[in-house]
Amino acid sequence: MIAFTDAKRKEYRNIWVVAEILAGGIQSVTHELTGAARTLADLRKSEVWVVVMGSGIEEKPESLFAYGADVVIVVDHPGLSGFIDETEAKIMKRLIIKYKPEVVICGATTRGRALIPRVSVMTHCGLTADCTGLSIDPENGDLLQTRPAFGGNIMATIRCSNHRPQMATVRPRVMKSPEPDPGRTGRIIKEEMLTSDSEKIKQIIDVFHSTETAYNLADAQIIISGGRGMKGPEGFKLLKQFAQRVGGAAVGASRAAVDSGWIPYAHQVGQTGQTVQTKVYIACGISGQIQHLVGMQSCDLIIAIDKNPDTPMMQIADIAVVGDLFEIIPEIVKGITNL
Amino acid sequence: MKIVVCIKQVPATNDAKIDPETKRIIREGMKAILNPFDTYAVEEGVQLRDKFGGEVIALSMGPPKAEASLREAISVGVDRAILLSDRAFGGSDTWATSYALAKAIKKIGDIDLVICGKQAIDGDTAQVGPGIAAHLDWLQATYVMAVEEISSSSIRVKRMHEDGYDICEMSFPAVITVVKDINTPRVPSLKGRLASNKCEVPVWKPGDIGADTSKIGLNGSPTRVVKTQPPPPRHTSTKKIEGSSIECAQSLLRELRLRSIV
Repeated sequence: MIAFTDAKRKEYRNIWVVAEILAGGIQSVTHELTGAARTLADLRKSEVWVVVMGSGIEEKPESLFAYGADVVIVVDHPGLSGFIDETEAKIMKRLIIKYKPEVVICGATTRGRALIPRVSVMTHCGLTADCTGLSIDPENGDLLQTRPAFGGNIMATIRCSNHRPQMATVRPRVMKSPEPDPGRTGRIIKEEMLTSDSEKIKQIIDVFHSTETAYNLADAQIIISGGRGMKGPEGFKLLKQFAQRVGGAAVGASRAAVDSGWIPYAHQVGQTGQTVQTKVYIACGISGQIQHLVGMQSCDLIIAIDKNPDTPMMQIADIAVVGDLFEIIPEIVKGITNL
Repeated sequence: MKIVVCIKQVPATNDAKIDPETKRIIREGMKAILNPFDTYAVEEGVQLRDKFGGEVIALSMGPPKAEASLREAISVGVDRAILLSDRAFGGSDTWATSYALAKAIKKIGDIDLVICGKQAIDGDTAQVGPGIAAHLDWLQATYVMAVEEISSSSIRVKRMHEDGYDICEMSFPAVITVVKDINTPRVPSLKGRLASNKCEVPVWKPGDIGADTSKIGLNGSPTRVVKTQPPPPRHTSTKKIEGSSIECAQSLLRELRLRSIV
């Protein structure tokens, strides 16, 4: 692979964010990444560009200026209503060749993690997944990307000096969303979708959006999670009540609970489920096998509720509540309701 | 139909160690397992072969001992296995890995479907599956939780998303990456064990797959790991709450309010 020369590297400028659009709405991860991109762009004295691809985008792309964007590229086309990786990757490749960004950041969502690896191969770029820290060399523009590996057992710092753009994905809620500044302005660039973008692609047959907000582990600030100690699907009803009382909480589960059929797989946290990095993780009746711990040990505050004070989960928890969760949780739910 | 399942041998996470000099994972002496997500990919390949006929081939890139994981795939019903192994492949990042696997898939020839696990548990990147699809310029579907339908020319799958799922149809050839929901992997039969002991696992070198040596290994990898370090320590002590259920609930509520969680 031939490394870029200094002169060629310098042709690449600006920090890009690929917006996450669901049902026409710009998702909060986009605001978080725009804020992170702003910090990098300020160090490089360059601009933040956000790429918005979708169909019938209801939210005004101008809203992104308030979060730090200087330019918003909008590709609005009926062909982009469903998530078609192949089409979006072709559009991204074309935009990258045309505008030459130095850095491209994308949300580490199911869509982002499908799209960006494809783009990185098509454009011959380095890509780092699930970064928890991004910093930039103000002189040469090298992006230093920090990410956990081995389920959070090590932190690796990764650099792609020889290629541009440098690509990274970041999970929702890892970066702080900036305070919007309604006074900021910027430019909108409208780009077309070409017929060739929709050649040789998949067909979306059906789309199902869950109305259950507790579904979304990746976007939650707080996860209330249950294990074998929940004893059955009824136990998870209790956790759902708890989650509803706490603002912005999602329900998670251990593998044991999912394998017992008490709750769908989409809720599973751990090695064969999702890795989560929420502000708060409340583990209810989860013993804490290593496969579960690697999926949640990076959460800021871990609270465990269990009868047995000696489980691995109770040992790593910041707060360990020893007792019967079927009595304690209803009391807490009552307590929150009476606030 | 002809299916390739891409698998990876990974270290068992709980005892990962890093060489401070090379910043690489010390693989020697560490227990190696077949990546858990790949067991679902193998099972899906075997089930599809059983239903629709044809052949399912396991493919892996790694050190010579990765052969053990390929034999494991054979023990649960895969027809044959190929290992990409050579010093020149060493140090590959996901770009170079997906390039080498794509070249091997082309070399095998006439493949309808490639199945990968959602991600490997060591790197956790989920980049190799879509990378293979991009190198081959094939269609892709990631986070597949069910194969709904298959015809001689296309596949219909259910993809998991944060906010629900969708169902999409792709014409062959295509690449899918699968999540745990898709099936329950079988345990090896006695016949399978015998087959896995007996079989030959050919080793392919860069020359065998016609790989451009500037696109494999460390040379072909745009990313460089410049530093590895342990994550910041979690905390110094656990605050224990005990007592009657009502006392426990009240103490915990106090802690939650103190941190503005409720």
